[in-house]
Amino acid sequence: MGVDVRDISGLIYRGIREVKGSILVLDPIPNVLYDEVVRVRAPDGIDRLGRVLEVSKDYIIVQVFGEESGLQTDTVIKFTGSTFEIPVSDDVLGRMFNGRFEPIDGMGPIASRDKRDINGEPINPKARIHPNNFIQTGISAIDGMLSLVRGQKLPIFSESGLPHNRVAAQIARQATVLGEEEEFALVFAAMGLKNDEARFFIDSFKLSGAIERSVVILNLADDPAIERLVTPRIALTIAEYLAFELGYHVLAILTDMTNYCEALREVSAAREEIPGRGGYPGYMYSDLATIYERAGIVRGKPGSLTQMPILTMPAGDKRHPIPDLTGYITEGQIILSRDLDSRGIYPPINVLPSLSRLMRSGIGPDKTRDDHKDVADQLYDAYSRGLKARDLARIVGEMGLSDRERLFLKFADVFERKFVNQGEYENRSIDETLDLAWEVLSILPPEELVRVKEETLEKYYYKAKHPEA
Amino acid sequence: MREGEVIRIAGTLVVGTGIPDITIGEVVEVGSEGLIGEVIRIIEDTFAVQVYEPTSGLKPGDPIKGTGKRLVAELGPGLLENIFDGVGRPLEDLIKASGPFIKRGIKAYTLPRDKKWEFKPTVKEGEYVSGGDIIGEVQETVNTVHKIMVPPDVSGKLLEIAEGEYTVTDVIAKIETEEGIIKELTMMQEWPVRVARPIAPDGRLSLDTPLITGQRVIDVFFPVAKGGAAAIPGGFGTGKTITLHQLAKWSDADIVVYIGCGERGNEMAEVLTDFPELKDPRTGRPLMERTVLIANTSNMPVSAREASVYIGITIAEYYRDMGYDVSLMADSTSRWAEAIREISGRLGEMPVERGFPAYLPDKIAEFYERAGRVKALGKPERVGSVTIVGAVSPPGGDFNEPVTIHTLRFTGVFWALDPDLAYSRHFPAINWLKSYSLYANQILGGFVGSFSMYRQELFNWWKSVQSDFNVYRDKAMEILTTAAEVESIARIIGEKSLPDDQRLLLLTSELLKEGFLRQNAFDEVDTFSEPEKSALLLKLIIDFHHMVEKVIKKRIPIDRVIDLPVVAKIKRVKFDPRRVEAILEVAQEAREELLKLAEEYRVEVEI
Repeated sequence: MGVDVRDISGLIYRGIREVKGSILVLDPIPNVLYDEVVRVRAPDGIDRLGRVLEVSKDYIIVQVFGEESGLQTDTVIKFTGSTFEIPVSDDVLGRMFNGRFEPIDGMGPIASRDKRDINGEPINPKARIHPNNFIQTGISAIDGMLSLVRGQKLPIFSESGLPHNRVAAQIARQATVLGEEEEFALVFAAMGLKNDEARFFIDSFKLSGAIERSVVILNLADDPAIERLVTPRIALTIAEYLAFELGYHVLAILTDMTNYCEALREVSAAREEIPGRGGYPGYMYSDLATIYERAGIVRGKPGSLTQMPILTMPAGDKRHPIPDLTGYITEGQIILSRDLDSRGIYPPINVLPSLSRLMRSGIGPDKTRDDHKDVADQLYDAYSRGLKARDLARIVGEMGLSDRERLFLKFADVFERKFVNQGEYENRSIDETLDLAWEVLSILPPEELVRVKEETLEKYYYKAKHPEA
Repeated sequence: MREGEVIRIAGTLVVGTGIPDITIGEVVEVGSEGLIGEVIRIIEDTFAVQVYEPTSGLKPGDPIKGTGKRLVAELGPGLLENIFDGVGRPLEDLIKASGPFIKRGIKAYTLPRDKKWEFKPTVKEGEYVSGGDIIGEVQETVNTVHKIMVPPDVSGKLLEIAEGEYTVTDVIAKIETEEGIIKELTMMQEWPVRVARPIAPDGRLSLDTPLITGQRVIDVFFPVAKGGAAAIPGGFGTGKTITLHQLAKWSDADIVVYIGCGERGNEMAEVLTDFPELKDPRTGRPLMERTVLIANTSNMPVSAREASVYIGITIAEYYRDMGYDVSLMADSTSRWAEAIREISGRLGEMPVERGFPAYLPDKIAEFYERAGRVKALGKPERVGSVTIVGAVSPPGGDFNEPVTIHTLRFTGVFWALDPDLAYSRHFPAINWLKSYSLYANQILGGFVGSFSMYRQELFNWWKSVQSDFNVYRDKAMEILTTAAEVESIARIIGEKSLPDDQRLLLLTSELLKEGFLRQNAFDEVDTFSEPEKSALLLKLIIDFHHMVEKVIKKRIPIDRVIDLPVVAKIKRVKFDPRRVEAILEVAQEAREELLKLAEEYRVEVEI
């Protein structure tokens, strides 16, 4: 018995001191590098990838990506002498891979001498160009109030059962930069996604023809959980290559980051590290940052990398460590609401706690329209007043409200039904979105629109109020 | 050569052995690439190093070299207008060495070695000089004269002093110490970043001058003193970074040190885009000329995040020693504390609260205690200050967590950011009911004194109104507090059911929130509110309140007042580019409209 190793060349090591889930403890071996990639073959004959987590003169700790059942102390380890690298070339477009970058579309592996470490390198802050190209997604709530710009990282915070996949697919389908014909290249990374969800995205890409300029990397729900730690990094390494070497404008969709974080927690627990909040490791912030911060635009390089991670908030709690730490790193968040969803509003974007930090640099006179900023501010203000009135109406009844409060209540209803609500295949231009905003705002008298400058009011408000004039 | 070897690598923590005389805090070079690290623990014959760069590919047996030096900051002309990483390397040099992505193992000096500066001596040969004495000057930027000082630990007779163009490493003076040793001085000096720079004996001064920030809610309600320390905690999206940017832009400091510690790369890019274009309202020069930036973004190595805060504060102290008012913004101190936690965890130390080590409060206290207004060491006598503003990012936005709690213990100002305000886009989202300033009483006089610092022509007029300023401020606070209670009642029974005097409170509080507290950082006019504009806006609203109070006492319904056109004007006048004049005009209109209303109801009111 034992492991068949005839097809492995070079030095191999046999024997493991301890197996703790996906963590292997080995006796010291000379010349093992920190962060080195290893191949692990258990007696079941299956090859797994692994990575050196810690190395000292007394022991070596290896993290195995892949199936952990079947691991035994009688396992063969081959050290590769290099860190986790993948070959990159423009052949990746239109291809599908599993979470370890093995092809699953029946075609051969990517062959290239150009190899990249999947951890990437931090972008020098001074080499960054501050993003300011407005991306039109065709979704009013986003374009009007949470504008996305090229090079931004803007996550969707969702809950189980909400249509975040449909929203993300719609964005992927419709996103364009104003005044440019060029379409985005898509890098889609699934971590622990259900089969049917993954299928939905792929079908949607196929339908819109986007599949030709897409790279799909799938770690599905029944794939090894630990593999999820490398999946987003592989995806972003490809995305960086497409953006900063080949000059594509790349939109990377990473879903579901919650599954990624759970894998991270699993490894941390296996290593018996001191757990932080919710059992997640204390370094989760830094770890997530090494993923999210890979978005951006870089001086002297063509292309851009825009990220849209999706995460489901456990129990819908925005203060759960995963959305919390994500929100501290990303440039805003789009929050979906169960309340809006159950009232049949699609996309169910709750604009109040949502935010796009880079919005103001992407909008305005030369970019979208001169009234954009004022309109967005005023919509926020009026809608938050409307929601307060709605709360009050629940207690005192609509009749108990003052005239002013009733007006805001009406505004909130119309805003949700006309402005936020739209079709899944409805692609509104930014002009349509802003005109619609004025139409909704015209419910309110001009003196309530205090966040709009007088001259903007003159220019747009009265036209919207009396369209026939 | 003191060389040992690596025996263990776990992330950024590397354990070495083989250098018996290694000291805590010594900088070492690890591996063949010479990765920079600092010794943080010594256990028997081994020592633990936190490495400031990624450690992938290191292996046991790799060399470690002791440099014999502690982690120092290079101090001298060339710091301003520059951006450095967490260990003081200029980011531009890193781009030159490795392109837009940061590769490891790059060595770079903080100060440019080839640039020549025009050095003008201010002392003569033969004079006796000691630590901290100013011996010469360099024009570092258009408005900043860089004072060249004798390093704190050097004194003696000045043998030679140069004049003319020199680099920072050229010898510009020679000093003979009492022991007869000749010391050569350059324009650059080094200082260990973890040690506070010394000040004159008994040199700590009381804090009595406000840092004018141009942000109304801060300047009027929760001011920070020059030399004080302020904490600004808030969950994500509540506007910490924008508030810090506003302070870095508009506060009346001579020098600003901005530390981006574990935060977003695009935000640093924004500072680098904006600051060279924005003008200092007092000098008219680009803001960048008075700014030093330290950037260690969240994806850069965690251990360098820990160091970045100390590099920043050391640079701040250095400019303070020249007699400047320096303000330091640290965004975010939570990331710094987390870096401490991470390193402590890897060392296997016993965690106490939420995984943080027991010495976390000491570290926080040490840092904030480096703020202060001081008499600087040496001659001529001069006073400088370091004001620290630290952002805190509490997990889940919950202030009941170790970093927020301990930070509040050691700072004098608390600006509590409120998610509800942020959601309705009320910025700065500083909650007026929860925030406080321990300096308010000492320094509000100073705020009043600063009126017309920006507008000389109004000076005399101001002198006549400033005595009432405290009364207005207290009244506004009282209205806001009472209105909050009334609001909670209105939330149950509806606003309409309230008596008119309570509805007036709601109206005034609405005017205060909309017309005064809320300040748009991106509005060309309102982004900076000079002290007289702030005070006058406050006066306008409170005067209006008193007038309406009288009007409704005469049984004129408040609904009529609410409908007056001037109400919307009060809310918007802050955007008027005519500033003070526009406010005075609205005040006049308010009075006239109320009088007209009274006339309509045929009642007489004295307003």
